[in-house]
Amino acid sequence: MIRVDGLSYRIGEQHILSDISLDLPRGGISALVGPNGAGKSTLLSLIARLIPIQTGRITVDDLVVGQCASDILARKLAILPQSDDIAPRLTVRELIGFGRFPHHKGRPGVDDRRKVDAAIEAFDLEPLQHRPLDTLSGGQRQRSLIAMAFAQDTDYLLLDEPLNNLDIAASRSLMARLRDLAEVNNRSIVVVLHDLNFACGYADFLVALTAGRIGAMGPPSTVVTSQMVAKVFGTKAPVIRVGDRPLVQV
Amino acid sequence: MAERRLIPTAGLLLVAAVLYMTLGAGGNWGFVLPFRGAKLVALLLVGVAISTSTVLFQTITRNRILTPSIMGFDALYVLLLTGVVYGFGGQAYLDLPPQVLFLFNVVLLVGASLLLFGTLLGRAQGDLMRLILTGIIFGTLFSSVTGFFQRLIDPNEFAIVQVSSYARFTRIETDLLAIASLLVAGCLIVAWRLRHQLDVLALGPKAAVNLGVDPRRGQLVVLTLIAVLVSVSTALVGPVVFLGLLVVSLAHLVTPSAHHAVILPAAAMISAIVLVAGQTIMERVLSLATPLSVVVDFVGGLVFLGLLLKGLRR
Ligand SMILES: Nc1ncnc2c1ncn2[C@@H]1O[C@H](COP(=O)(O)OP(=O)(O)OP(=O)(O)O)[C@@H](O)[C@H]1O
Ligand SMILES: [Mg+2]
Repeated sequence: MIRVDGLSYRIGEQHILSDISLDLPRGGISALVGPNGAGKSTLLSLIARLIPIQTGRITVDDLVVGQCASDILARKLAILPQSDDIAPRLTVRELIGFGRFPHHKGRPGVDDRRKVDAAIEAFDLEPLQHRPLDTLSGGQRQRSLIAMAFAQDTDYLLLDEPLNNLDIAASRSLMARLRDLAEVNNRSIVVVLHDLNFACGYADFLVALTAGRIGAMGPPSTVVTSQMVAKVFGTKAPVIRVGDRPLVQV
Repeated sequence: MAERRLIPTAGLLLVAAVLYMTLGAGGNWGFVLPFRGAKLVALLLVGVAISTSTVLFQTITRNRILTPSIMGFDALYVLLLTGVVYGFGGQAYLDLPPQVLFLFNVVLLVGASLLLFGTLLGRAQGDLMRLILTGIIFGTLFSSVTGFFQRLIDPNEFAIVQVSSYARFTRIETDLLAIASLLVAGCLIVAWRLRHQLDVLALGPKAAVNLGVDPRRGQLVVLTLIAVLVSVSTALVGPVVFLGLLVVSLAHLVTPSAHHAVILPAAAMISAIVLVAGQTIMERVLSLATPLSVVVDFVGGLVFLGLLLKGLRR
């Protein structure tokens, strides 16, 4: 379980996150939603120790973020940052290979190679595996980066807007793959999404952030209502129900 | 694939070294071998120090255009040396053994670079233009302050400083060879042990943290190594601005690889080849018509311009 307790973050005088406390359940997909600038990426970066914690405490299972050794956390939790200009000359295969670094520390074994192959296959990257990243399209690059996080093979996977640049087929196939990971392998996945319908369709748990505070939290089927969309996002979108699932009309 | 090219590169280096030792020796081996041997060792040390410091610097700044000398590390070394000579007075300075002075300068440069470049790299992360501009300003600033000090000190003291102020491969400070070899060997061992972490650092700070490598710590260790290596090369032959850029660009062409286990030795050998073969040609074939550093800086300067223009167009 990822437990966030009394977390605040500020840059200068500006409060980015104000006293956030939440538990993200072990196993399953948690969706993090909210308007631009709400603090979603900041929250994810704090959990993944990309930026140092100012006030509050974050634990991942029994590991205290910021206190436990970074390379131990790297075998427990992987993050796909929202934007990262990772070395453009690497080939797709080399990039994904780096996902195994926390396990082999520079000396890849048979098992590591197998996991890289599996990640390449899982994201349909075989035909691209020897291409340098700077020759790929935005969506192909995004898929390679997700495959790298996937190859890291951690209990917790944090993905910041993984659907960026992906077409509908790739988006659905990625979300299905994440469901699979959560259900079959009991992984815990936290994913920042902008499309509420993807959150309703695939997530078990939803956290809505607005202006650095929690606006709503719970299972998407009960949380997503037109009042919630109005409160969190400040726009009046009708929410209808299809079966037991909410559907936001755009 | 790329690593297979390391063997012919090593062969080429061996040929260059043998030619350097033997060409035009005129049979007087008892004198020629130790005399040339010391110079050969110095050239190898300088070559390896410059290429390694350049590779390391490019890894932590994540670019292939900037090098320690372009960023003014050499100029800072000369400035510190001049400052110390000015502060202590040349005579007191001369009374100390050269090895002690050298070590003192190494420590000064390590401290100064951690202070200056440590903060700069923390802030300008990923901002290449800002780094380039700062480098140019640093370089100019360091050399003008050096020039100012050099006008203040008396001509005898100036002679001490001058040795380190201009690049030269013909007169090499051989009394520093032992200590320089030790320092370079130490740096190479550390760099080699860090090679896998360096591969990760090259991915950028976020990716490095995610993979469990602390980028800030890596930067500080690497900056220390760079400062020691630059001290060695500057003390031995003076500043050579574009050699690092030239040989590391060549290494990326000859052995393209994401792994420091390949690129570090490749760059070191290519750098040694350029110096040893270049010096053989200059000394033995052309009889010193032009100093090697001029040629290296001319070609390296063109490479710098080319890379800069290409980089800006992208
Ligand atoms: N380096 C910074 N300096 C100043 N403000 C910053 C900085 N980084 C982030 N912010 C501010 O922090 C707030 C939260 O940013 P964050 O990236 O977490 O938002 P987000 O919810 O991920 O938004 P998006 O949906 O657009 O990705 C924003 O208002 C942003 O302007
Ligand atoms: Mg964001």
